[in-house]
Amino acid sequence: MSFAIRLNPMQTTGMKQMWRRACRVVAGALAVAVISQPAFALIELDITQGNVEPMPIAISPFAGSGLQEDVAGQISSVVAADLQRSGLFKPIDPTAHIQQKMNVSTMPRFGDWRTIGSQALVTGSIAQQANGQIRAEFRLWDVFAGQQLIGQQFFTTPENWRRLAHIISDAIYQRLTGEKGYFDTRVVFIDESGPKDARRKRLAIMDQDGANVRYLTRGDDLVLTPRFSPVSQEVTYMSYVGGNPQVYLFNIETGQREVLGNFPGMTFAPRFSPDGQKVIMSLQQGSNANLYLMDLRTRRTTRLSNTAAIDTSPSFSPDGRQIVFESDRGGSQQLYVMNANGSDAKRISFGPGQYSTPVWSPRGDLIAFTKVHQGRFMIGVIRPDGKGERILTEGYHNEGPAWSPNGRVLTFFRDTVGEHGGPQVWTVDLTGYNEQLVTTPSFASDPAWSPLLD
Amino acid sequence: MSKTLFARGARFAAVLGLCLIAAACAQTRPELTGNSSVVAGSGQDFVVNVGDRVFFLNNQSSLNGAARAVLDKQAQWLQHYKNYSVTIEGHADERGTRQYNIALGARRAAAVREYLVAKGVSPTRLKTISYGKERPVAVCNAASCWSQNRRAVTVLSGQ
Repeated sequence: MSFAIRLNPMQTTGMKQMWRRACRVVAGALAVAVISQPAFALIELDITQGNVEPMPIAISPFAGSGLQEDVAGQISSVVAADLQRSGLFKPIDPTAHIQQKMNVSTMPRFGDWRTIGSQALVTGSIAQQANGQIRAEFRLWDVFAGQQLIGQQFFTTPENWRRLAHIISDAIYQRLTGEKGYFDTRVVFIDESGPKDARRKRLAIMDQDGANVRYLTRGDDLVLTPRFSPVSQEVTYMSYVGGNPQVYLFNIETGQREVLGNFPGMTFAPRFSPDGQKVIMSLQQGSNANLYLMDLRTRRTTRLSNTAAIDTSPSFSPDGRQIVFESDRGGSQQLYVMNANGSDAKRISFGPGQYSTPVWSPRGDLIAFTKVHQGRFMIGVIRPDGKGERILTEGYHNEGPAWSPNGRVLTFFRDTVGEHGGPQVWTVDLTGYNEQLVTTPSFASDPAWSPLLD
Repeated sequence: MSKTLFARGARFAAVLGLCLIAAACAQTRPELTGNSSVVAGSGQDFVVNVGDRVFFLNNQSSLNGAARAVLDKQAQWLQHYKNYSVTIEGHADERGTRQYNIALGARRAAAVREYLVAKGVSPTRLKTISYGKERPVAVCNAASCWSQNRRAVTVLSGQ
């Protein structure tokens, strides 16, 4: 699987210089825009604010020559869809554009774009190369300042057009929000088919927008809770292969699978350390589940908790120095934070209800969790010191949050009621105001985000 | 003559057989009055006449009186039919989170295992596995279904 997308060095250097110059010039213009356009201000300053007003943006359908005409239109559509789903942008319907049929060389008539209320404009062209590759160029414009913010060019094979679109979306997102994007990523999840009392579960992977679903296991064995390595194309998950539930490691590129360790009992709830070199998980012995760490290189295991309780769902802080987990050692499921060596566990959740499936944000500032209270299942976030709890979504059954690599969006699954109900994958951003369904071929659960692809 | 003899013999044997079965029952499973159409000592016998499962309260793994009564019968039956080994499957209902339910199912299976061992079943015959909330038997969206799913099932294997 090769996703190589080559930046043309000469052209990009030129464009980068142009971009830097434009940047400097535009910085002032943007500062003005910050004052007169609150959408800029909110996006640039504080993404944790509730109810961010999405920025109107125009994505002019990309121009394509010959064979690439359809691809060009599809790429600009995917860019628009990415930006829209983020909740931070409001793409303007192309039929409302006054200036039509633009390509990457067309100079925008900024007045026309201001008239339709657009603050930013994206133009682009896709061209076929003699060697079968496509050349993609795009520009991002600040409509108010009348300046170019980005100009980039890529070469890739035509099959990679979706990745190309996501890379363009990431560039736009990063330039306008000041944060890294998350569109050129994938989500590993559990595909579910068949009746509720005889579900077939398969490990599967898709692009973050639900495209390109691939199945990684056949469904012969029950598989649960896949987690992406933060640094490689590896997944750790739980499988019931041979009627012996254990934690496995799976390499997406080679298809190789191996059981992790030789434990005297069921292992479950695995997750990678931030450097991808270790896996932390629960080991069940009798009535108790305790936390263990396995070093993937030395294969040595270290016991991290020792209580007559269920300690599970461990997740490292991004600096690797602490671990959050759930435990019923106090009588009901609550969240605890301890040092990475297992010392000094402190309870951090004290609200009414049970707290579980904690997962530390890649930014380090928040821990997402599932909370169950009075039969309602919620996804929320809390600071590592236990303060600032906020519920992002609530309903019959929401479970298992996982962070986007930029820590801005959570994916989770929502189950629906009854015999014919089943789970689907959703996303919600930190405002809690932008819930989006990820369309999958069948029921889907346990989503986990990849890092940004290289 | 021989026909009569045979018929009489058969009748006698049948009566004797019934007596033997009744005697066996009287000795080893006095309280099992169950369905006589199943073969004693079969897997069906265990499921129908003994009961292969016990149920738990929400988020609990303690065995109530009804559960202990079933397990007492299981222990007796397993003591009598010593060729079986057993896998105890622990399950949870769907109204909990996945990882915790895996551990909760294991805790329920462990509770059953400990009880059977305490009642004299050899621990070497007993394995446990947890399916968490992954294998519901009742799929309706009501407390009546969830309570059926919070269970530990004693599954016979390898006679």
